[in-house]
Amino acid sequence: MTTLTKAPEVAEPARAARRPLQLRARLGRAGVYAVLAVAVLTVAFPVYYVFAGAFMRPDEIASYPPAMVPHSVTGQNFSGAVHAIPLVRQYGNSVLVAGLITLAQLFTSVLAAYAFVFLPMRGRAVVFGLFLATLMVPWEAIIIPNYLTLSGWGLGNTYFGLVLPFLASGFGTFLLRQSFRQFPGELRDAARIDGAGHWRFLWRILVPLNKPALAALAIYVFLSSWNQYFWPLIITRTAEMQTLQIGLSSLRDSEMADPGLILAGVVLSLLPTLALVLFGQRFIVRGLTAGAVR
Amino acid sequence: MPTASSPPEPRRRLGEHGLAWAFLLPSVVVFALFILYPLGRTFYLSAHANDLFGAPSRYVGMKHYTDLLSSADFRHTLVTTALFVLFTVVPGVLGALLLVLLMESRIRGVRLLRSAFALPFAFSVASASVVFSVFYNPASGVLNGLLSNLGLGPVGWLTDSKWALLSVAVSTIWMNLGYNVLVLSAGIGSIPGEITEAARLDGASGLRLARSITVPMLGPSLFFLVVISTVNALQSFGQIHILTRGGPDGSTRTLVYSVYEKAFAYGSSDFGTASAQAVVLMVVVLACTAVQFGVLERKVHYA
Repeated sequence: MTTLTKAPEVAEPARAARRPLQLRARLGRAGVYAVLAVAVLTVAFPVYYVFAGAFMRPDEIASYPPAMVPHSVTGQNFSGAVHAIPLVRQYGNSVLVAGLITLAQLFTSVLAAYAFVFLPMRGRAVVFGLFLATLMVPWEAIIIPNYLTLSGWGLGNTYFGLVLPFLASGFGTFLLRQSFRQFPGELRDAARIDGAGHWRFLWRILVPLNKPALAALAIYVFLSSWNQYFWPLIITRTAEMQTLQIGLSSLRDSEMADPGLILAGVVLSLLPTLALVLFGQRFIVRGLTAGAVR
Repeated sequence: MPTASSPPEPRRRLGEHGLAWAFLLPSVVVFALFILYPLGRTFYLSAHANDLFGAPSRYVGMKHYTDLLSSADFRHTLVTTALFVLFTVVPGVLGALLLVLLMESRIRGVRLLRSAFALPFAFSVASASVVFSVFYNPASGVLNGLLSNLGLGPVGWLTDSKWALLSVAVSTIWMNLGYNVLVLSAGIGSIPGEITEAARLDGASGLRLARSITVPMLGPSLFFLVVISTVNALQSFGQIHILTRGGPDGSTRTLVYSVYEKAFAYGSSDFGTASAQAVVLMVVVLACTAVQFGVLERKVHYA
């Protein structure tokens, strides 16, 4: 409110000085474009260089001054990367692990959110508070016991070990609960009168009508599982069980650590995420800012 | 009210109560096994010595904590962690704020700009870090290549302990910029149009509009961003593991990395000490989150 009352103060000097401002405004505008241009180039340069470098010959990347454009496009970095590490297998591992986690989290979050919104429950607020509390626990701080638990079950270096701890999520439940709560009560009643029980109503009516929220959650979960680093690093032991992210890191550490190979590996790893970012941006915005704007 | 229709009600309600718990069960099991139990177990491990294989051997109480407090290495780790937070959060948030304000000044191509700033989103911690490791390469990297064009000597971006933490921070800022811009753009979008329009009609523009209207109205978003960036910086691991392994000379060994080193690196299985450090990490992160909930509810909320 205080900001509102300040507005008139702003007005007087600005209006009085309007004419001399015009040149300044034009200069200012040029400055705005300049700063933004520099920022865009800085942010986009690494992305450009990944794609340019992936197609350069090794001697080009290492040349002084650094080459910015590949002179002769070569695919040898890609075949080199695929041979240096079991990249295809690791790609499959990442798709499988991220896919399983996404499906499982959608399923468990849909059920939990449904219970919170549409079912009677004693101590609902407390239980929901506990669900939210899981979001506050930093995963890195409890990673040691989780490692011990899963290794103890003999699940180290297995797909089960990679996915089990992530099959449910307080965030997913929270996001879907927000969405389910906006479901019109009349529609709910109409479905009930038509004889639809909870299970039927949930999967036949509620889920199809909440596709945007589910898509937002799916993209968010897929991206964050695909990008995981700490957990797959410690729970896997062999290159065959590692995910793509760990593979990239080992590509950098390997004997043949050649920038071109690394960048080619990065290009391959970016394909699904870049597609999601470019085509799913509006869903990502929704998922990522769920906590920011209220 | 309690007529013929009421008897089935309680039974039905009972069934619904059961259904509610059945629906919650999968999530509750996962949380119990992989969040609640490990939470307690971390405290337990931090109070126990362990044998060479990491199995807890005997109760030592607060010993690991008092050892940490008197360890110069650990104090250095805490300072490094604080510096890393400072180097990533302040430039990351202020840079994003500047960009968002500039994009608000009615210029062309804002959609294109937003897409460009969203590009780093597609990068995982690992992919961004290996890309920056290519940039930072002392011999063949682009950065030293550009410097040599300017006649400046090569910098050991990741091998010089004066530069390493800063270099890791720069890669982190790059990774997170897209998210920061997005949060603040969404925040600006939620400022009621009438307020900015009224100010514009009154002749406010540029800096004046930003200082008197936009930035104060962005208060909640900015605060959210500072807290979330701080928590993220505290939990950063991949970029340190890939770029520097905590070195040189421990100059990039943050709290999380120290936990990893003690528990998992070089065949070390010192789960006791690592768990005590994990508890410290947890307390710091929870304190930040608590600040968020406490302050956000009271002070920063204007609208």
